[in-house]
Amino acid sequence: MRTAIFITCLTDTFFPRVGTALVRVLRHFDCPVTFPEKQTCCGQPAYNSGFHDEAACLVRRMADLFANFDRVITPSASCATLVKQHGPALLDEPRVRDLADRTYEVCTFLEHELDLDFTELVHTHEPTTYHYPCHARETYTLADLQRWLSGIRDLRHPPRPDLCCGFGGVFAVDFPELSGNMLTDKLQVLAGTGAELVISNEAACTLQMAGGARRANLPLRFKHMIEIVAENLGLMGADE
Amino acid sequence: MTAGLRKRVAAAAADRTVVDAVHLATWRKVDARAASFAALPHAGKLRDHADQIRRHTLAHLPHYLRQFTDQARNRGAHVHFAATAADACELATDIATHAATTLAVKAKSMTTEEIELNTALAAAGVRVVETDLGEFIVQLDHDKPSHIITPIIHKNRRQVARAMARELGTPYTEDPDTLAQQARSYLRQIFHDCDLGITGANFAIAESGTLVLLTNEGNGRMTTTRPRVHIALVGIEKLLPRLSDLGVLLKLLARSSTGQPLGSYTTLITGPRRPDDRDGPDELHVIFVDNGRSDILTGPHADVLRASAAGPA
Repeated sequence: MRTAIFITCLTDTFFPRVGTALVRVLRHFDCPVTFPEKQTCCGQPAYNSGFHDEAACLVRRMADLFANFDRVITPSASCATLVKQHGPALLDEPRVRDLADRTYEVCTFLEHELDLDFTELVHTHEPTTYHYPCHARETYTLADLQRWLSGIRDLRHPPRPDLCCGFGGVFAVDFPELSGNMLTDKLQVLAGTGAELVISNEAACTLQMAGGARRANLPLRFKHMIEIVAENLGLMGADE
Repeated sequence: MTAGLRKRVAAAAADRTVVDAVHLATWRKVDARAASFAALPHAGKLRDHADQIRRHTLAHLPHYLRQFTDQARNRGAHVHFAATAADACELATDIATHAATTLAVKAKSMTTEEIELNTALAAAGVRVVETDLGEFIVQLDHDKPSHIITPIIHKNRRQVARAMARELGTPYTEDPDTLAQQARSYLRQIFHDCDLGITGANFAIAESGTLVLLTNEGNGRMTTTRPRVHIALVGIEKLLPRLSDLGVLLKLLARSSTGQPLGSYTTLITGPRRPDDRDGPDELHVIFVDNGRSDILTGPHADVLRASAAGPA
């Protein structure tokens, strides 16, 4: 089985630790991975902004670049959705549909393809809360996320766990004031749980929330679930 | 996007009153919607079914428009077609002028907002009074509706109280029940004096030429029974093939919009008053409004019309 990592722009640029955790966890479960270095953006920002022709160019590029891999694994549910759903809708071509079938968001991959039980692999030593990203809807449900995290001893369920963080891609650029108000609500909900560790599996949301928390002097820290898995497996130190 | 829009958004986002009012209304609606869908068996299947009905209808729109027209005319209604907003306003204005009316009541209708009918009628000497409480307050306060379902989502009770006292000359109060009673008393006289009722329609049933109107305050029924003439402005995407399709859409519409299992009043109107009816208008005019919808339907964004088709009147 040839497995490729599809790292996504934001994880690559802002959260390299998530990428490291992703590679180590997959290798740990006998899943050697390759990183095609020519990979670029999947086209999601263009698609979401209505530039469908431009997005289709990137969808085609993705399909060609990952053509020789049996599985393509990504830490982002929103980029997975672009490849799996919007890509084939934009370009009705066999290679695009084929890539859609072979692309997996990492948590669903580990659960469904490797039969891992996250309740054994996701533990923390401190009060922990979480964020359910809007864009995960097509990939995994809030109930899925809550099941994965249910092994955490002091899991603090926030009110409205699916509250949008206000990022919304170009929305945050077009309407920074609205985005900021939504972010304030989100941070209030998270900080209100009393937990400082937030599990957030979407780099774009994490970027938005972590930036807001820093500016508001809130002691919130954000991690992707795959980082917690890597730590629990002894594949990376908690502060590495 | 225009710089003007950006500026207005930034100003609204910085206005604590607006932000708090929107918060309160939004959470109330979000929670009510979630609760009402949780209590609906087979909600997912119903939505899929509704989607299929909408797709089918929009794919055969000319057929169902003809069927509605034939059925409605058989039952004594007049049916008109407006290609543009200006055409729709002209048709409505002609009907009002012909009926020699100077006072009209209107039930909440986003289609009439879209074509800016009130302005056109005012220019023709017809005063239009909004009868939905939210729209009534918007009109009193010389404002615009800020939300398709909750038109005064941006106002708090103090702003409503000030507008009512200033424009109606009633004693200042912030008590919602008293404010509603003040509006009701004022509107009673208007309902008594008017000659023309204007509405949209949530659905138009092709097989029987029936208009369906959903309201929560009963003003829709007053507007469609008291005046001599009723004009309904209907976006062409509002058609449904059969009365049996209505049940599917009704289970979803109020739940999605206000979180109610069903709106308080679901009014089905088929033709004008018959000789043995105790009330109802002498004349019923249905104006189908295209105003760009046909272009959308044949373009890449046809999904927009499927959503709008299940939306407000």
